[in-house]
Amino acid sequence: MEEYREEELTLPAEPMLLHMGPSHPAMHGTVRCVVKLDGETVVGSDVQIGYLHRGFEKECEWGTWTQVFPYTDRLNYASPLLNNIGYALAVEKLLGLQVPARCQYIRVILGELARICDHSVCSAAMAMELGAFTVFLYLVKAREWIFDILEEVTGARVTHAFCRIGGLRWDLPENFADRVRSVLPKSLEAIHECEQLLLRNRIFMDRTMGVGTITPERALAWGWTGPCLRSTGVAYDVRKAHPYLVYEDLDFDIPVGSQGDNYDRFVCRLEEIRQSARIVMQALDKLPDGPIAVPDDTGILLPQKLETYTTIERTIQHFKIIMEGIQVPPGEVYSYSEAANGELGFYLVSNGSGKPWKCRVRPPCFANVQALSELTRGRLLPDIIPTFGSINMIGGECDR
Amino acid sequence: MSQRLVDLVKSRFPQGVLESHDFRGDDTVVVRREDYLEVVRFLKDSPGTAMDFFVDLTCVDWPERKPRFDVVLHLKSFGSGERLRVKTGVPEDDCTCPSLTGLWPAANWFEREAYDMYGVRFSGHPDLRRILLYEEFEGHPLRKDYPKEKRQPLVPMRDDAPPQPPPFPERPH
Repeated sequence: MEEYREEELTLPAEPMLLHMGPSHPAMHGTVRCVVKLDGETVVGSDVQIGYLHRGFEKECEWGTWTQVFPYTDRLNYASPLLNNIGYALAVEKLLGLQVPARCQYIRVILGELARICDHSVCSAAMAMELGAFTVFLYLVKAREWIFDILEEVTGARVTHAFCRIGGLRWDLPENFADRVRSVLPKSLEAIHECEQLLLRNRIFMDRTMGVGTITPERALAWGWTGPCLRSTGVAYDVRKAHPYLVYEDLDFDIPVGSQGDNYDRFVCRLEEIRQSARIVMQALDKLPDGPIAVPDDTGILLPQKLETYTTIERTIQHFKIIMEGIQVPPGEVYSYSEAANGELGFYLVSNGSGKPWKCRVRPPCFANVQALSELTRGRLLPDIIPTFGSINMIGGECDR
Repeated sequence: MSQRLVDLVKSRFPQGVLESHDFRGDDTVVVRREDYLEVVRFLKDSPGTAMDFFVDLTCVDWPERKPRFDVVLHLKSFGSGERLRVKTGVPEDDCTCPSLTGLWPAANWFEREAYDMYGVRFSGHPDLRRILLYEEFEGHPLRKDYPKEKRQPLVPMRDDAPPQPPPFPERPH
């Protein structure tokens, strides 16, 4: 047999440019990575976003403050209620308004249920892209049970638009607490089953451990927040660091990782699901009675239908809110809350008219995705898949 | 909440701070554009302030006002949890602002977006391209004088392809 020397076997090759996405199953249809490859090694990459840009901020400037709610549903469409709540809190801060205790508790409960859905579907998608299709189906089913509850409360599976400035659309249905108490353990059981399938799975561990690693310093420099930042060991959670709503009264832990790799991000999310479930159970026990919104006469909420049709004052109030919008004093605020991906900020500027002058969203995953290029440099091409999955880019939020 | 920081900036840059206010607990300093980078560097690096976390950067358009644009930066200190908003005015005829990419890598995309949407050019930015829109997009859509219904010209498939007629007649706007 003829002998070959080592150097004769390596082919001289130029780095290859590969366009990954937007029509790539693992890119969720919303992002393109232009990857520069040397063999299978990623030498550099340019992450291009914007495929889901819908002009969110421009649209907001053309409607009243209330009409922004349906748009916020479509920011992070994996957990719309958290966006609803974030926006409602921002406008309420601008108005200097405090909502009643029952409303705050309901917001916490629904928000945490939305967070469970978001983390489930993120973990599900990431696992599926690594070949764990069973896990995907289990987790999506676990989410679906919670979606059923949310549908019962809000009337919609995904696009709830349930919050209002100064309150909520309506109160919880009668059997809500019992439904949650029976469904949530079922969902947690499914999630536990997935953990057993994955966390000691050789293939899953090889694909995620030590892949997409980032140090806490770099994560902070990139502006990371949320589970991605916590996976590096930084215990920053807006709910603990700057408590809002009633999170101060509820007992929960912040899970942190130590390596900042894909595995830690995955485990952090699953642990956060348990903590969210803890919060929901406590909040259900403490849920007070009372109004779910500020009083009608503040001119912020639409008056009751019966009064609108029978008294002239309420008819006028209804007309003014619909036609002119809520009167928000001039000023600017930055309000932030812990959404599923991290710190969701709303920077609102009002010029005193009924419309937002500026409605800026600080999307948490915009900052997270920015570091993708750094996370994958020097790694293999297939490593992009779990890394992108564990960052949990949501196009609606990132591109707005 | 962070009046301390505002005072620190004021004493360090007596000429640079044009205005400061506190609304609903949010402290804001408005600084001259020439001092913007130095003020932010001071806020980030000096131990007394340590505003080490880049939260957000965006612009606001005030067409009637001079300077027309505000560049709005939100900072946070990880140690103390304090937050501060830094604003600087950018005139329309000289639409540039110093880039913060040298201080935080996170500023990169946020500044690209501000450029994309408002046309403010960040000097010193390593890669100032459009980010959410495409290269051929005409205008900067979040400027108040950009009509919401405005249509964009059709982008030809290739550089050498002849320009295609628009698919629908232009609507008046």
